[in-house]
Amino acid sequence: MRTLHAIGACGAVAALSLTSGAFAQADSIDHAKADAEFAKFRAEMEASNPAELNEMKGEGLWNAKRGPKNASLAETCDLGLGIGKVEGAYVASPRYYPDADKVMDMERRIVWCMVEKQGFKFEDIARKPFQGPNDANAPEITDLVTFVAGQSRNMKFAVPMKEPKVKEAWAIGKEIASFRAGPFDFSCNTCHGTDGKRIRMQNLPNLARPEGAIRGVLGWPGYRMTGGVMLTSQWRMNDCFRQQRFPEPKYVSDTITYLLTYMTGTANGQLYKGPGIKR
Amino acid sequence: MPKNLVVVSAAIVSLFATPFALADTAAARAKALEAVKRDFNPRGQASLDRLAEDMVQLICNRTANNPSPENTKRLEAKQLALVKYPADGKLMGDWKKGETLAQSGRGFTWTDGAGGAVGGSCYNCHQIGPNEQAFGTVGPSLLGYGKLRGNSPEIQRYTYAKIYNAKAFSACSDMPRFGHVGALKPEQIVDLVALLLDPASPVNK
Amino acid sequence: MADPMKIRAQIKGDVCDIRVLMSHPMETGQRKDADGKTIPAHFIQTLTVALNGKTVVSGQTAAAVSRNPVFGFKVRGAKPGDKVTVSWTDNRGAKRSDETTVA
Repeated sequence: MRTLHAIGACGAVAALSLTSGAFAQADSIDHAKADAEFAKFRAEMEASNPAELNEMKGEGLWNAKRGPKNASLAETCDLGLGIGKVEGAYVASPRYYPDADKVMDMERRIVWCMVEKQGFKFEDIARKPFQGPNDANAPEITDLVTFVAGQSRNMKFAVPMKEPKVKEAWAIGKEIASFRAGPFDFSCNTCHGTDGKRIRMQNLPNLARPEGAIRGVLGWPGYRMTGGVMLTSQWRMNDCFRQQRFPEPKYVSDTITYLLTYMTGTANGQLYKGPGIKR
Repeated sequence: MPKNLVVVSAAIVSLFATPFALADTAAARAKALEAVKRDFNPRGQASLDRLAEDMVQLICNRTANNPSPENTKRLEAKQLALVKYPADGKLMGDWKKGETLAQSGRGFTWTDGAGGAVGGSCYNCHQIGPNEQAFGTVGPSLLGYGKLRGNSPEIQRYTYAKIYNAKAFSACSDMPRFGHVGALKPEQIVDLVALLLDPASPVNK
Repeated sequence: MADPMKIRAQIKGDVCDIRVLMSHPMETGQRKDADGKTIPAHFIQTLTVALNGKTVVSGQTAAAVSRNPVFGFKVRGAKPGDKVTVSWTDNRGAKRSDETTVA
């Protein structure tokens, strides 16, 4: 970050600060200090997270009449709290949707609405569901998820764990987290099943505990400064499996919903701060 | 025959004695396996056969990584028997090459080219050389590994086999079986052995 | 057309804190796409901030600024209700101007 001072007209003094996505990798050996430095930077950036641009676009998409059925999501889509109601919906998902007879995480539910209510083709959405490093814009679904997530800012996670199907999804997710396969015998829990471990410099949350699970779901969807891309928890799960050396999980599949139910359900009761910002 | 009967009745008793939570876990596990079989696509080199559990994975998955002592012994012996040693019998290679290999965490993902180099990924989980501070802590520190153990032929053989197939010594170890799955060739593993055991290696300074 | 900016202007003590989020790819012209072709440069070149129509900041930016850049300014002499207008132009001639009122 650099600051340049400029004297404006009418005697006003203006200080201009530019934030660049490219910043030097910490070469310090003091992990705690490096973390503290980044926490400071993050606090500064949270006040002006570029994710807000995706929220704005998502809000426009939510309200617009679109798709072959020329319907708006605001008028047709029930995220679980009633048609068109977005406030608090993100922190109350994943949840069971009787109309689809499925437990769904938020991204999956919005995709479901786009297909069922607006008439979009699932294959068109699923073809490229994540923003790539060379893509100037995030996919529409990412903007929509970011908008909906922003409408749960500073609310507590409240996944309806008493609902039997949600409870079952949580239990299945817990089992998937411990499933070892692939050439390296990795499961989610190989890295995320014990306390206080690190891969290289990266601290690993233990997803089995509320304080670890919250670190797995907090900050998603998140704006990644490296490359300037907006990514959702669907992407995060996808990339975990990549690093696990697994094949690629299908977009908005049960497996991902189960894992997100396991993590979010375990994080229940803790504060969600809204779309996040990442390195 | 009476002996078998006893076994069967014991099994029935344990079935009824199973708390509901455990039965739920078994049902959830079955559904988890079904979901995993259904929900993946092959991509790049990451084909669907990667989801098929081999014997080690199967037993570790079904026992929460804690098989019976008997099964543990059996598994470890089988894995140890599969270790292939270098043709020339030399187990200590070049520690400098080993360090480079230990640094690399590449390979085997769907974004890595098929047949491309696979790293040892050692620093991801272990402290090793004193000059690399960005080390993981999933595995134990290996700093001073050779200083502590010496480099007798037995230690060399054990260290080689441990890297080749960690499950030969700890049936459900978190550590990959680098040689067994073809991630690392024997001539690469000997370089890692040297990194850990060579008195000239910074690990032992 | 370029996407809207998000502008926030708040009085904090005796200065007005203006924060601007811009939606822009900010391509340096030095990156290559998946096929190895160079991605052409595309970045914001000029930037102005006006308070009630009077320019208080006028600056030039270059390709070294990140995608979706964030700018922060501190302006003295602004009052609640004042109009803040932020404008930019990029190297391809695209323009965007958005405004907000000081809170």
